[in-house]
Amino acid sequence: MTVQEDARSRSATRGDGPPERESHARGWRGLGWGFLVKLLLMALVNAIGLSVILGAVRSESWFILGAAIVLLVATDVIYFTKRALPLKYMAPGLIFLLVFQIFSLVYTGYVAFTNYGSGHSGSQAQAVQAALIQAEQRVPDSPSYPLSVVSRGDELGFAIADSDGDVRVGTELEPLSVQPDAEVGGAGAPTEVPGWTVIPRAEVLTDTELQQRVTALRVPVSDDPEEGSIRTRDGTSGAVYLSSLDWDPDTETLTETATGKVYSASDRGSFVAEDGSSLPAGWSVPVGFENFVRAFTDTNYAAPLLQVTVWTFAFAILTTLSSFGLGLLLAIIYNDSRVRGRKLIRTLFILPYAFPVFMSALLWRGMLNPEFGIVNDLLFFGADLNWFQDPTLARFAVLWVNLWLSFPYWFLVCTGALQALPADTLEAAEIDGAGRFRRFRSIMLPLLLVSTAPLAIASFAFSFNNFTLIYLLTGGGPNFAGSTSQLGATDLLINAVYQISGVSGGSSDYGLASALSIIIFIVIGAISAVAFRQTRKLEEMQ
Amino acid sequence: MMSTNPVLSTSTEPKRPSPDIPSRPSVSDRSRARRGRWLAEVGWKYPVAILIVAYAVFPLLYVLSAALRPGGRLAGSSALFSALDFGNFAALLETPYWRWGFNSLVIAGITSIGTVLMGAAAAYAFSRFRFSGRRASLTGLLLIQMFPQTVAFVAIFLMLLALGDAVPALAINSKIALICVYLGGALGANTFLMYGFFNSIPNELDESAKIDGASHAQIFWRIIMPLVTPVLAVVGLLGFISAFNEFILARIVLVSQGNWTLAVGMYAWVSNELNSNWGLFAAGAVIASIPLLALFLSLQRYIVGGLTAGSVKG
Repeated sequence: MTVQEDARSRSATRGDGPPERESHARGWRGLGWGFLVKLLLMALVNAIGLSVILGAVRSESWFILGAAIVLLVATDVIYFTKRALPLKYMAPGLIFLLVFQIFSLVYTGYVAFTNYGSGHSGSQAQAVQAALIQAEQRVPDSPSYPLSVVSRGDELGFAIADSDGDVRVGTELEPLSVQPDAEVGGAGAPTEVPGWTVIPRAEVLTDTELQQRVTALRVPVSDDPEEGSIRTRDGTSGAVYLSSLDWDPDTETLTETATGKVYSASDRGSFVAEDGSSLPAGWSVPVGFENFVRAFTDTNYAAPLLQVTVWTFAFAILTTLSSFGLGLLLAIIYNDSRVRGRKLIRTLFILPYAFPVFMSALLWRGMLNPEFGIVNDLLFFGADLNWFQDPTLARFAVLWVNLWLSFPYWFLVCTGALQALPADTLEAAEIDGAGRFRRFRSIMLPLLLVSTAPLAIASFAFSFNNFTLIYLLTGGGPNFAGSTSQLGATDLLINAVYQISGVSGGSSDYGLASALSIIIFIVIGAISAVAFRQTRKLEEMQ
Repeated sequence: MMSTNPVLSTSTEPKRPSPDIPSRPSVSDRSRARRGRWLAEVGWKYPVAILIVAYAVFPLLYVLSAALRPGGRLAGSSALFSALDFGNFAALLETPYWRWGFNSLVIAGITSIGTVLMGAAAAYAFSRFRFSGRRASLTGLLLIQMFPQTVAFVAIFLMLLALGDAVPALAINSKIALICVYLGGALGANTFLMYGFFNSIPNELDESAKIDGASHAQIFWRIIMPLVTPVLAVVGLLGFISAFNEFILARIVLVSQGNWTLAVGMYAWVSNELNSNWGLFAAGAVIASIPLLALFLSLQRYIVGGLTAGSVKG
């Protein structure tokens, strides 16, 4: 726009006006809206980037700090130089792809080779800290201090009056520090602390939820965890709790001060005593291929996982074939202009596909309910078929529901593909006297497969990982009898990963879960690669 | 040729009886034969259609009937549409349903817009610029596409745990974090679909605009984008639907009830046998699915095009 106007006005001046040269200042039209918007967006991006960098410094997350600096500098370079034109368009998507997909894939690979999980998380330093805190006990005969519970927003803290008459305030994260202007009341406990709200004693005594938080709270005495913490049982007096363990960083051992029992760091990421007992807190260490070996040999997991794997393949293959088959059949039947109301029929057929998937799965869960479900009532005349307790019935139900969910997709796809078939080829076959079945098998099907085979592969891969359907419909059940693995007859591999990982609570084993994820990736990758090569061959044959 | 094998003919014209058949059968004979052939070729398709329609539509009618039935339990066949009561819909007001719906709308909406913008920009770059590493990046995207993000949910969970310390906005239980995770899958899933579409727009348009002095940004926003609106609509709608339906990541990222999406919240309503509330579920399902059904059916034509071009829902 500005360009054409500019050109026009310039030609106008050249045309009729006196040969007076326009000053550059007048010809300069500013940098334009586009540049302003870009500047604004970049300011925003830099602000976000800087806040991430500051946050990373504050929380001492050095990896995040490095990544944030690299990404921010890269973004600024990309958008403020004239080169790297294609990158200007790809950068936003690429950054999200890098951080939230590629990194998560790589990280899965890393976790798969560690024993990350319950009892093994974080670094050794964190494990030591946790062990020290877990072993804290009230020091016998230690003095107790008058204490008030204080709050600042959602944060709870303690204010104590120490033996010198100073008031010290601290929270779970901030160690105690002296508050000079605080006031102490008659009972000796602080009554007013600047910057904090003192919670009245009566409230601490009556509010049970608050009470629980108060008794769970530990306020470190100083930055050094070995100096212990202040805790309270009643909300009125606090005492010093010291860890019964002593950390020696040189020998990497924790010693129980009372008994002299020594826990030393093992290469498995825990503190182990000579008698074999270990502390609950541990850190994660690389364990090589152990997780992969465990997936196949662990007495608890190997047999159920094998069954789960077989069912995952069976489900993915059967559900792709059945819905493709039904969809194709219906597409052939109703791709016939002699049938009236085809538009209506078509719209009604694809309704299940337009219905949100998670609702479909939940809806069928209700319809198949053995007690009040309508399926037993209507189709099986009130028979007491227990769809979710019998492995075979449950598997059939899953296939049945997924057929309902996905045949419309294949109906749509096959209808589209059928209408795109070359009419002359079909006619030629007809003239040559090919029968109906022969025409279908030798002409239509191969031609259809060229366009639909890639979609069938994608559908297979999708079904292979169809967590939502299984989790919402059967929850993976019925559970395998005689196994503590919590896996069930309709669990797919990805559901097993979910169950084992413990991300939803319970004990977690991120290492084994990630190893299974890697196995899924390998299977899917291999099948896709082989299948795409096959389809390319199919294409070349035409 | 036409009369050689009329039964097998797939030609779509109605069959005309040949005028030159020597011995003409009586009119009633002929019409009976014609009806027989009609039954064999076309007529049977109607009962089959009714059967399939029943399979496809019955659950949807059932949920509608359950929504209109008072009480929280599902009913057997005798009670289908036996009541017309809007109590369940009214009861939704006292639940976090609307809040979940709003969350779903915001999360899926932003994901869908972000997906469209980022995918279109990348497709433009791949389609219009020639740069070193272009082929390699295209192949790389194709490869990444094979590895669904959801399988890496453990790593995503651990990553958000760590990230949350430094960036509170991206912690577990943050909707922004979930949107970012969804956007991470944007390039892989949609760039190819758009890339093909962008390639079908003649390069001459860009070139003439360039001669007129347009910058690459002007060409992208003013020339290319308006021309690819149909594919943008398809990608946007499919992105919206898949984010709306996504369950596993939403479940592990969004912890507190107020942040849940519809998928997570409605699962909680019916997953527990003992206190499941099917009445609320049915009413909620009806409300949430009607706009989606309408949108889907009205954009049907475009979606079919998008589906066959390579994106899959399920």
